[in-house]
Amino acid sequence: MSLVNSEAGLIKLEYDIVQNDFSRAGEASSNLKKVLKQLGVPHQIIRRVAIAAYEAEINIVIHSNGGKITAKISPEYIVLIAKDNGPGIKDIKLAMTEGYSTASNKVREMGFGAGMGLPNIKRCADVFDIQSKKDSTQVTIKISFNLE
Amino acid sequence: MNKYFHSVILDSEKCTGCTNCMQKCPTEALRVKDKKAIILNERCIDCGNCIIACPYHAQKAVAENLDALKNYKYKIAIPATTLYGQFMSEVNVDTILQSVKDLGFDYVYDEVIGSDLARILIKNYIKIHGNNTKPLISSHCPSITRLIQSKFPTLMNNIVKIESPMEIAARLVKLKIKEKYGYELSEIGVFYITPCPAKITSIKNPIGIKKSYVDGAISINEIYGDIYKNIKKNRGKETENFMSGSTQGIEWALAGGQSKSLNLTNYIVVDGVENACKIFEKIELGKLNHIDYVEALACTGGCVGGALNVENPFVAENNFRNLLKENKDGITINEKYAIDLCKAGFVCWTEELIPKEIDELSSDIRIAFKKMEKINKLVKELPGLDCGSCGSPTCQAFAEDVVNGLSSIEFCVFSKNNDTQGYDNK
Repeated sequence: MSLVNSEAGLIKLEYDIVQNDFSRAGEASSNLKKVLKQLGVPHQIIRRVAIAAYEAEINIVIHSNGGKITAKISPEYIVLIAKDNGPGIKDIKLAMTEGYSTASNKVREMGFGAGMGLPNIKRCADVFDIQSKKDSTQVTIKISFNLE
Repeated sequence: MNKYFHSVILDSEKCTGCTNCMQKCPTEALRVKDKKAIILNERCIDCGNCIIACPYHAQKAVAENLDALKNYKYKIAIPATTLYGQFMSEVNVDTILQSVKDLGFDYVYDEVIGSDLARILIKNYIKIHGNNTKPLISSHCPSITRLIQSKFPTLMNNIVKIESPMEIAARLVKLKIKEKYGYELSEIGVFYITPCPAKITSIKNPIGIKKSYVDGAISINEIYGDIYKNIKKNRGKETENFMSGSTQGIEWALAGGQSKSLNLTNYIVVDGVENACKIFEKIELGKLNHIDYVEALACTGGCVGGALNVENPFVAENNFRNLLKENKDGITINEKYAIDLCKAGFVCWTEELIPKEIDELSSDIRIAFKKMEKINKLVKELPGLDCGSCGSPTCQAFAEDVVNGLSSIEFCVFSKNNDTQGYDNK
């Protein structure tokens, strides 16, 4: 599905996310927050974007072989595309269940992998889409700024 | 009054335009222009990092000196608790308070009494709000409160809306003296002996209240020598028996002292503005909803690290440990009395905190959007060294400054037409 009407006139930001690199996770979210503040987006909406971006970052760090988060920003909305390089989600419905997680014990001991990532992203989003194949999962969300 | 009063100011004669302060400013509030630092008032949170960073002592705080006492009939000093750690051991609270009084004050009131009252109110506040709002954030450090106001406005609701010990002490003592001697409030001058530029700002531009009961602030470093001389005279001699607060209250000068005195178990203590920012990021992401209380302080080690202190913060901490061994608890505050004062709006916030949009490029998102496009384009052309030679703290900040009309592209040393702020024509 295409949530972005046209590429022209959008601010596009890309963040590479490295597998297992917990120390850097949060950078994309933090940077996006600054950009949206500069645009004057309402704070509660920025907070939703930040949470969604952070959870998406953490998901890529924990579960995938690395990936990328792309933000496309217009004066009316932001679209976040979190795309990773596999291994894919076997059962999306299960993955969307609060508290369900395939994270390892090691990851849970670090305080991650509570099984809230995807449900949290969905809760923050106005539009939510997830597609998964063996070699790639893509989560796409849209959050409107509701300025008028 | 200036809308953006700040206590931190620059002595431009001493400033060499070296960029040390600019690189240390946690809110990117400093620029260098024409070989002089300038402070962007709306971004400054008065943390004092620039005062500590400046090798030429060009950054300082506007404070009063002892001459200001003559404007009042009755002169009261409230020394910041931090003062007790400024002198090597074998000095007790009474000797220090006597030595402050001897500078020309009629009365000296211990700030710790304010902390003791605040402690009761914060406990009560946690009882009422602690289950719905997690974590609550201490309002003890005014720089941190200003940081939240401008950088983390969604956390404003988490701030404990209780006045500072300084303000509480000022209110209690001013009314007490008015009642006892019949002075008008305007005839009584309350002076805070401060380790902290942000406190000076809070007197002129208070947070959460309409008007401060403190009339002026004198920096600890301004009168340290005079106090020290008096201490030498007073050491070992009989002093007045000053009314003082508790040992737990004294520990508020140290990071973690407040949380400890509240008997909390599930809390975070963080010092330094950058460290506090990291904790606030986590709170905004909802990752610290299991924590009850965050005590965040702008200075290293807490108030002992304040920019206007004399003693090294780590030595001061040791001085406190020695002092606390000998210290006897002072007065006890009645819980009902404290809560009634709060209900009357006398010792807690009455005014709402309003977010400060310091990052916004324009109030019109379409204009902000166009600016952002220009900034992103410009950043790609810059070297990304964050060298500061252009007078902005980072290449990103420089691009923003250029687009906002605060700087010009030729100030980049890598620009074809640069004149590097005139440095090469020295």
